[in-house]
Amino acid sequence: MSTPPTNPATGPAESLDTDRLPAHEDPGPQTVTLAAVPLTRGSLPRHAARLVLLGAVGLGAALFAAGLGATWGAVLAAVAYTVVIYLWSRSVEGTRRAFDRFVTAVVSSAFLVALVPLASVVWTVVDRGLARFDTEFFSYSMRGVVGEGGGVNHAIFGTLIITALAALISVPVGMLTAIYLVEYGRGALARAITFFVDVMTGIPSIVAGLFAYALFELFYGPGVRMGFMGSVALSILMIPIVVRSTEEMLKLVPNELREASYALAVPKWRTIVKVVLPTAIAGIATGVTLAIARVIGETAPLLITVGITTSDNFDPFDGRMATLSVFSFSQYATPGIPREAYFDRAWSAALLLILIVMVLNLGARLISRLFAPKTRG
Amino acid sequence: MRNWRARTAAIAVVSALALVTACSSENEDEGSGGSSGGTSGGDSGSPASELSGSLAGAGASSQDAAQQAWMAGFQDANPDVTVTYDPAGSGAGREQFIAGGVAFAGSDAYLDEEELAAANERCGGEVVELPIYVSPIAVIFNLPGVESLNLSAETIAGIFNQQITTWNDDAIAADNPEVELPDTAITPVNRADDSGTTENFTDYLAAVAPDAWPHEASDVWPVEGGEAAQGTSGVVQAVTSGEGTIGYADASQASGLGTVHVGVGDQFTEYSPEAAAAVLEVSERAEGRGEHDFAFDLARETTEAGTYPIVLVSYGLACAAYDDAATADLVQGYFNYILSPEGQQAAADTAGSAPLSADLSQQFQAAVDAIGSAA
Amino acid sequence: MPSTTEKTPRRGTVQRPGDRVFAGASTGAGITILAILAGVAAFLVIEAWPALWASDEEMPDGEGLVLYVWPLLFGTLISATFALLIATPFAVAIALFISHYAPRRVAVTLGYLIDLLAAVPSIIFGLWGAAELAPLTVEPTQWLADNLGFIPLFEGPASATGRTMLVASMVLAVMILPITTAVVREAFLQTPRLHEEASLALGATRWEMIRMAVLPFGRSAIIGGAMLGLGRALGETMAVAIVLSGSAGVTFNIIGSGNPSSIAANIALRFPESSGLDINVLIASGLVLFAVTLFVNMGARAVINRRRDFSGAN
Repeated sequence: MSTPPTNPATGPAESLDTDRLPAHEDPGPQTVTLAAVPLTRGSLPRHAARLVLLGAVGLGAALFAAGLGATWGAVLAAVAYTVVIYLWSRSVEGTRRAFDRFVTAVVSSAFLVALVPLASVVWTVVDRGLARFDTEFFSYSMRGVVGEGGGVNHAIFGTLIITALAALISVPVGMLTAIYLVEYGRGALARAITFFVDVMTGIPSIVAGLFAYALFELFYGPGVRMGFMGSVALSILMIPIVVRSTEEMLKLVPNELREASYALAVPKWRTIVKVVLPTAIAGIATGVTLAIARVIGETAPLLITVGITTSDNFDPFDGRMATLSVFSFSQYATPGIPREAYFDRAWSAALLLILIVMVLNLGARLISRLFAPKTRG
Repeated sequence: MRNWRARTAAIAVVSALALVTACSSENEDEGSGGSSGGTSGGDSGSPASELSGSLAGAGASSQDAAQQAWMAGFQDANPDVTVTYDPAGSGAGREQFIAGGVAFAGSDAYLDEEELAAANERCGGEVVELPIYVSPIAVIFNLPGVESLNLSAETIAGIFNQQITTWNDDAIAADNPEVELPDTAITPVNRADDSGTTENFTDYLAAVAPDAWPHEASDVWPVEGGEAAQGTSGVVQAVTSGEGTIGYADASQASGLGTVHVGVGDQFTEYSPEAAAAVLEVSERAEGRGEHDFAFDLARETTEAGTYPIVLVSYGLACAAYDDAATADLVQGYFNYILSPEGQQAAADTAGSAPLSADLSQQFQAAVDAIGSAA
Repeated sequence: MPSTTEKTPRRGTVQRPGDRVFAGASTGAGITILAILAGVAAFLVIEAWPALWASDEEMPDGEGLVLYVWPLLFGTLISATFALLIATPFAVAIALFISHYAPRRVAVTLGYLIDLLAAVPSIIFGLWGAAELAPLTVEPTQWLADNLGFIPLFEGPASATGRTMLVASMVLAVMILPITTAVVREAFLQTPRLHEEASLALGATRWEMIRMAVLPFGRSAIIGGAMLGLGRALGETMAVAIVLSGSAGVTFNIIGSGNPSSIAANIALRFPESSGLDINVLIASGLVLFAVTLFVNMGARAVINRRRDFSGAN
């Protein structure tokens, strides 16, 4: 494999692989030294990593079978893999490649470790939530239900109505603000808005709920609860997310498109509506959907603005509504007898909420794909 | 392309609307059209009942499970009625009741003098205050192999005040000679949120064991450093998941855990609905209040055998006179149902509360009968 | 370039009504946001006002507002800080794995799944933390208290239920992981392809390429993502309320049963049964939380904005 260096042009190779060569040694008898040093290092067999991994997993499984806990088995397997692959690679491939393999092992195990709690959360919810995934759960409300049975039909639609209203408020305000920031805004006002949108992302959700409550209390007196209040609270949380994502997307629209439009004497507002927005629509739709997904599971603000009811109420301007998140919380917080029935409903409602969020995310992806312009910006 | 998009959007919006309009729950479809806020009128097929409309209440979350049962029963009998109960908390319930936001309220404590004056003003007359929900508070613990313990009030106070720190302490051992006690450390679990349960429990300790319990009754747990958990569920879960834990919770949720037999006089009483209801019998009505105001100063120190003094008494608040006759009828009907044997039994089944004795129910009935409109 | 876009509509053509309406509407939307925020701030200040001027005796614990809020603030900060310390390395690792290690098809799916977790309602994390995670930590924390008790963090005595500051921080870490990962991953994915290819062409290993091209490019995003996560951890309500046993004052012991509660959790726990001045006190504590999250987010934005020069529109 080694090419005997016949001229000084081997310089670059040397500079790349400094750690293999005794650097800057006496250059005199270099012909002999360089000839002895291969320009490429040996490398591990193609399936080396996989084989070591297999061995390590086997070791972990053996330890597990030998009565050690699953956690220890997994940890020892990961450590064994990391150590073996590092040492082997170091002896064959040198320190740089060995360190690369080491980092790969560390990053991958960190990734796996981080997935454990996330997977555990999902597993817990699915495992406990499936208990009540029956038709009654989806078609019944809790009116007249004590103990077992009952469903969340009223809460599903409550959640959808309140969130849709929140989106109805946030999306126009948020998108127009983003348009202002990107297309019009210059100077102090734009800077102020940018700054305060940032501030707004930091409003704790419960504070948003308190604010909505105080606002409506002014007009409707104490004890007021209505779906629309919840929408207002949610839109306070949602607007900054919509502004941010729309702003980022609008900035990605190349200026050349705008200038081409201006050159054709198209007014600025038509340029924005007909050129800029359609170009960015896929990203904006994704951003909006993610913003909806972010607020649809909020509990604290809805608890103090919308409350909970057992019956159908689909009028967001009149009285308490049920929402999935608050339903889940209240079933958990104030169980009756038998309490398992209440906990089952709480977990099932939580699972349903995750499923709704998942569908929304999928929808966002679909929209991105459907509406994306043919040429990428 | 744009038309196509617009059409897709339109279809989406229309179908969403269609979905929303055709979405009432199956269990609310049948019978009369009393869903959607209960505003629509009744129709044939439902049992004869003149009551219709909606009634809103708010207050103590301790009553929530019982209120659910009462709402279910009452709405069953009166399909055109929708009752809501918002478990916003006793304080919020009292406030909203006084401000006129709700027609009735639930409260873990009776109105203090200031509130009473305000409530009387709100009602334009007398306020009706009835202890509709009596629930034993169980002292629960998790000690493997031990199902019940006899503890005197002083010992309970010492444990929760963190003076007694291990299970084999002499004070515990003295009352339980036949139980093998481990040297596990005691972890007292208390409510993290403000609650009527805490208020009643601390009230009991302060009244019966003032030496061992130097704190006043309050809905905020006064001792620092214990294990704090949110809500009844949280306390039960914390007690269940730890070893050597002890806590206090609504008796209805105590199943599966060790429970304390509380020292009353010379005996130790296990919690039971009857023993809990017996406390009201031996308690005095608070003085200087109206005819229909059944506020009780509970006899925590009672030495009467067969009473279980750690109870939560939660009141229902209503007005003796409402501006509008329909509301008055609804409130009266609802409270009638609550006091009825079926109502009390429904609460006992769902919430584990202690049914009121016939004697007390009869006394309260007079107050409910007095509810009317101020026309 | 900016000058042409700026001037063309203004000087060269007549101002059309459509332009005026559109510009007005978008400016109005921006001002609406300012108004909402002013409303929130004004509401917080007005509602907190009575608590700020109340005498010490009227406070819930009779010791004055500062002494009431300080342990809560401490609990908020310490739980969020530990959450951040746990989450950030993992977030960087996940982002690197998805952007540079995993096969593309797998990476897209993984990214999607993790985005999804950002939307899981916080109450679920709370229930999960209390039901699943907390019991697992009882034995390890017992060991920590026995063997590493000389470190103030592990002073003990260890909690018998596991509902400790440590677990609360871990739950918060899991909660902020998705959002931090999303920010960092996006930045890593935007690393100029040419930089990466150039370093690979020079013979760098994958790790060397990441160290020289990807990490420097994504540094501000890592800080920004971490700060956003911190902001979310600071304001988290339900999960902390369910998981943490907040029953004591300031302590560094993160494995005991007595921990300082957090501001948001305290509001959620106390608000329902509060009335009168207590509510004002709670809202005053909310004001403090608002101020803290505001500073954190300002810091995050200042860092992220340093690399804001890639926009097509300016």
